[in-house]
Amino acid sequence: MFFQETVSQAPQFFGLVPWIVFFPVIGLLFNIAFGGMILKRSPAGEKIVGWVASIASGLTFVVSVLLLVSLLGHPEGMVVPLAEWIKIGSFSANWSFQVDTLSVVMMLVVSIVGTLIHIYSIGYMHEDVRHNGDPGRYGRFFVFMNLFIVSMMILVSADNYLMLFVGWEGVGLCSYLLIGFWYDKGEDGIGNAVAGKKAMITTRIGDVGMLLALFAMFWAFGSLDFNTIFAKAPQVAAASPVIILLITLFMLVAVTGKSAQIPLYVWLPDAMAGPTPVSALIHAATMVTAGVYLVARSADLYILEPQAQFMVTLVGSATALFAATIAVGQFDIKKVLAYSTVSQLGFMVAAVGMGAFVAGMFHLVTHAFFKGLLFLSAGSVIQGVERGAHHIEHDPKLKKQSKSLGPDFDPQDMRNMGGLRSRMKVTFWVYLIGAISLSGLPPLAGFWSKDEILAEANKLYIWAYVLLAIAAIFTAFYMTRQVLMVFFGKPRSAAAEHAQESPPVMTIPLMILAGLTVLGGLINLPEFHTLEHWMEHTLGQAIHKAEFVMLVAALSTVLALLAIVAGWWFYNPRRYEAFWAEPAAKRPDDPLRRLIGPLFELWKNKYWIDELYWAAILNPYIALSRFLADVVDWRFWHDWFHDQALFGGFNRLTGLLAGRIDLGIIDGIANGLGTLAQRVAAVLRSVQTGFVRNYALSIFLGVVIILGYLLLR
Amino acid sequence: MLQDYLPIVILVLIATGMAGLVVLLGHLFGPRRPSARKAQPYESGMRPIGPGTRRMPIRFYLIAVLFILFDIEIVFLLPWAVVFKKLGLFGVAEMLVFILILLVGYVYAWKKGALEWE
Amino acid sequence: MIGDIMTSLWAILPVIVLALWACVLLLVDLWLPKDQQGSQQGESNSPITPLLAALGMLTSAAIVIARIGQPTMGFGGMMMADGFSHFICLLLLASGLVTIGLSHDYMKRLGIARGEYYVLLMFSLSGMMLMSMSADLIMVFLSLELLSIPLYVMAGIATPRPSSEEAALKYFLLGAFASGFLVYGIGLVFGATGSTSLQQIVAVVQSGNYNLALILGGAALIITGLGFKVAIVPFHMWTPDAYQGAPSAVTAFMSVGAKTAGFAALLRVFVLAFPAFSADITPVLWGLAALTMVLGNFAAIAQRNIKRLLAYSSIAHAGYIMMALVPYGQDGLSADSVASALFYLVAYAFTNFAAWAVVIALEQAGEKGLELQDYAGLGRKHPALAAVMAVAMLSFTGVPPTLGFVGKFYLFRTVLEGGHVGLALIGVLTSLVSAFYYLRVIVVMYMQEGEPEARREPWLQAMAYGSAIGVVALSIFSAPLLFLASQAVLKLF
Repeated sequence: MFFQETVSQAPQFFGLVPWIVFFPVIGLLFNIAFGGMILKRSPAGEKIVGWVASIASGLTFVVSVLLLVSLLGHPEGMVVPLAEWIKIGSFSANWSFQVDTLSVVMMLVVSIVGTLIHIYSIGYMHEDVRHNGDPGRYGRFFVFMNLFIVSMMILVSADNYLMLFVGWEGVGLCSYLLIGFWYDKGEDGIGNAVAGKKAMITTRIGDVGMLLALFAMFWAFGSLDFNTIFAKAPQVAAASPVIILLITLFMLVAVTGKSAQIPLYVWLPDAMAGPTPVSALIHAATMVTAGVYLVARSADLYILEPQAQFMVTLVGSATALFAATIAVGQFDIKKVLAYSTVSQLGFMVAAVGMGAFVAGMFHLVTHAFFKGLLFLSAGSVIQGVERGAHHIEHDPKLKKQSKSLGPDFDPQDMRNMGGLRSRMKVTFWVYLIGAISLSGLPPLAGFWSKDEILAEANKLYIWAYVLLAIAAIFTAFYMTRQVLMVFFGKPRSAAAEHAQESPPVMTIPLMILAGLTVLGGLINLPEFHTLEHWMEHTLGQAIHKAEFVMLVAALSTVLALLAIVAGWWFYNPRRYEAFWAEPAAKRPDDPLRRLIGPLFELWKNKYWIDELYWAAILNPYIALSRFLADVVDWRFWHDWFHDQALFGGFNRLTGLLAGRIDLGIIDGIANGLGTLAQRVAAVLRSVQTGFVRNYALSIFLGVVIILGYLLLR
Repeated sequence: MLQDYLPIVILVLIATGMAGLVVLLGHLFGPRRPSARKAQPYESGMRPIGPGTRRMPIRFYLIAVLFILFDIEIVFLLPWAVVFKKLGLFGVAEMLVFILILLVGYVYAWKKGALEWE
Repeated sequence: MIGDIMTSLWAILPVIVLALWACVLLLVDLWLPKDQQGSQQGESNSPITPLLAALGMLTSAAIVIARIGQPTMGFGGMMMADGFSHFICLLLLASGLVTIGLSHDYMKRLGIARGEYYVLLMFSLSGMMLMSMSADLIMVFLSLELLSIPLYVMAGIATPRPSSEEAALKYFLLGAFASGFLVYGIGLVFGATGSTSLQQIVAVVQSGNYNLALILGGAALIITGLGFKVAIVPFHMWTPDAYQGAPSAVTAFMSVGAKTAGFAALLRVFVLAFPAFSADITPVLWGLAALTMVLGNFAAIAQRNIKRLLAYSSIAHAGYIMMALVPYGQDGLSADSVASALFYLVAYAFTNFAAWAVVIALEQAGEKGLELQDYAGLGRKHPALAAVMAVAMLSFTGVPPTLGFVGKFYLFRTVLEGGHVGLALIGVLTSLVSAFYYLRVIVVMYMQEGEPEARREPWLQAMAYGSAIGVVALSIFSAPLLFLASQAVLKLF
């Protein structure tokens, strides 16, 4: 069953690849088995549990690096089979590891960002579990995190679509578990659980598309292995192009679910209910990019079908702009980043849709760095504010002036922040780096990758270029707004006033990520195109030769700068404080409203898409299920069909056919009881006892005697 | 000859052991947080009505006996259906006789009002 | 294949006819008009059902008669329609017909006339007839259940009268208990020989490849199971209660039919399958027969209720018939053993029906008229009925010229030929004891004053007189009956 030999005979370090899954498995097993005990017994329990998980994740990074080293020598990569999984007739699906330049890039991103976030979580969760009042869940968090690494690694290392689907569902499960990590918190005590459910169900719709794509592929190719499918794809496309179109469009449905694209993006903002490291790792850096990876992985299929490519590009660029506008109208620090993520995923999807697979993957990598950084910094900000609130509540002197901190105090609302620049210095600087990178200013990573996408769009689909460029303007604008609202000016709440910087275990990963954000662009600089050459080994003919168009780069830089200036104009500390000083009744929630009130209302309410879904889909659906349950099943099927039609009809029918049952039985028994007494007396008078048990005993004794005679004779 | 049954004995032991182990593990490690809702008897998803130990009309007995009677018919029909093809026409005839006999009983019970509630 | 099936069905055709007829009758009865005024709802006063039932039995009997001398075997040797089974079947069908005659007016009078009664009677008869044909222990068991279950219901058909229900319940519980022993015995025999077919068992026994202890244990348990049905001491305890509680007509049928069928099975199983073990089993049978005769007769003396008296008498006579079985395995005697048992069964049937006919005629609603004292003055008031009863009592005692005498004569002769002088002596002595209580009935009838009330119901009287005349007439011209019985030898095909 296990292909032991191929694993051990693989050249270089390829044979090590299963350990990217095994290390986190070991970590999570350790924490399942001993986590609870360690947390209870040892004062340093949290550190042990957290570091075990972090080391397990870190070892996957080591393995990934070793794989990278091996690939330098053998850039064609290889498939490392581990075990036979399914074998039905001619169909077989193995648990094998596809080691090539594409998958190893993903492995590196997942493992390095994952490891940093694990380490960050050691500090973050220490406070989070106390803030939420259940320190017992500390171990569970790291088990789930390791499980996520396992699933994500399975997803990116699969050599066939079925195994990829296993990872695909696995990360979905972890996402669900971690969004609902504080399942008993949130609105009405179920808010987080509802958010988890929403994520699960929404992505499930996409998974149906994935399954349909799997079925179609199996039907068309008789196999689900990447290599087989890609080899046969041109033939099949020549014979029946429509099947390729179906497969790619079904996959697009899956992508819209997992990578939060229109129309299935609605779950991602709600997913911010999970702890912030989860938002950073799963809902920004890695899992949500699985859709981009899927399209890149299926490049050989997409390039055969321009219509599908067009659709993917359309969905991606539309999402990019759509979500970017919404982000402008948000006040929750994490919601801004969430919509920003949706928007940036739109960039990536549009890129891979256009066939710019390298650009898409490039942006995926840099985005993982800077968005992970932004989320983690946001977590640091939130906890800093929470620490401030905590500090006030436990200091009697400060307690008096803290009237503004009601039970409704929201530590994530940017209107409650301000002036954190001086109080959380490290956080401020790394946040600034992330924000600039996201805004697309050179020479940070975000500029290079975004610019490559814009350049491709400019060349291929000019409408997509327009959409994405506008989205980029909005991006720079809302990031400026966010940075100014959070870090500049004076504190707008007592909690922000007393905010404290996070411990080094959190800030050091932030600094590392900031470094990556600064240097990330190096992997695919114009003129060098390292990543492109690297990917050529895997994507082959599907690769586009990227060109650096000076005009496009200059234009986007200028536009970004203009957006930043516009942001400064609206939200610069002086102006914003003046705005804030106005009486609360007269003052709208945001200065922007004075200029574009209705539009801002639209963005703030996210175009009422959630409400639209409720009205158009969910409510009719619920009404239908109520109808089916109450009317069809209960009133029709139970009340009418069973009780009246069947039961009553049967009664009437039998009543018609048969006579009435003897009513005298009951009376007769009552009358007969007197006779029974006499009868019992008569029996007792006689020789026999009248008791069945004695009669039975007599039979039994007779048997015993006969048997005794026959056998002992 | 007895050795032939050894695998069965082992199977029984393993099955018993597994079942016991699962119950034991659940007993040892499972959290016990009883709540009123959990303690409710399971009635196929319906909200239970009244206590479970009510007195039942004796008529249930009659219905139950009739049910068993005709249930046994199914018990015989199933294996018959499995080997239906092998038995051929003979099997059909046999089963027809069997069903007819039960049908007589059914008609009798019906006409006698055994299926009526009152 | 089809040929085999046809032969098999042909072999048990009388039973099939009877059972099918019963099914049809069950349905027909549902649509017959019911007496709405009766004390019991669902009561049937229509004579159609009993007439149809009788017709079915006559048809079945006609088929049996037509096939006398043509032994057939069916179902791979599980069923044997031979002279033995023909004889038993005819006796059973005759009993059934008499029972219908006894029942019709009686049931109506007691307000318990129901169409199902006749259907149950026919089902029970089917089981009894099947039992007489069974050449396989499984079939013995199946037919035992087929005959028993309707009997349980029939015993309780006078519901809601508590005594009837009690009788039914006791009979049922103990019957189930005894059936368990029978099945266990069959299982042991199967374990010892690897087969339940009598033919196969014989073959295995001849080959010597069997377990003696198991087979003897099995035989003992089979004796228990069947001994319960025929009311052998110590498996008899249910008999007085069941006989007393059940409606008299049912008791009459039970005492004759169940005994006949049970002995038929005992004879076939032991004579065919276990002759090799007679050295071991004969002493057991000997002891059981002796015990049954002694206990049955002595207990009967104490009885004042005529139904209980007849119940103990029935137990005692089971002991007499059991005597015939004692020498079953001796060379050259098995044929005599079977013939004398069959003959005595006929004698017992006629005598018994005569006695029960009188009991039924005198029984009043509410279980009145069943004490011995109620028979006082019968000789003067209803001389014909008293004569019938007297003939029955004399026949039970074994006084010539009655069938009981001839039957006992053959029994004792068979036992003596087998060399069981002691058993014969016990038989004779207990017959003398039995004279005490049988004659007391005659004394009460003729020598005490009283005003007994008796029914004058045509069918009942016909049955009473017919049985009494049969008891006397067949004793005088017993040769044809004896010939028939001696033709009904048991042998393997």
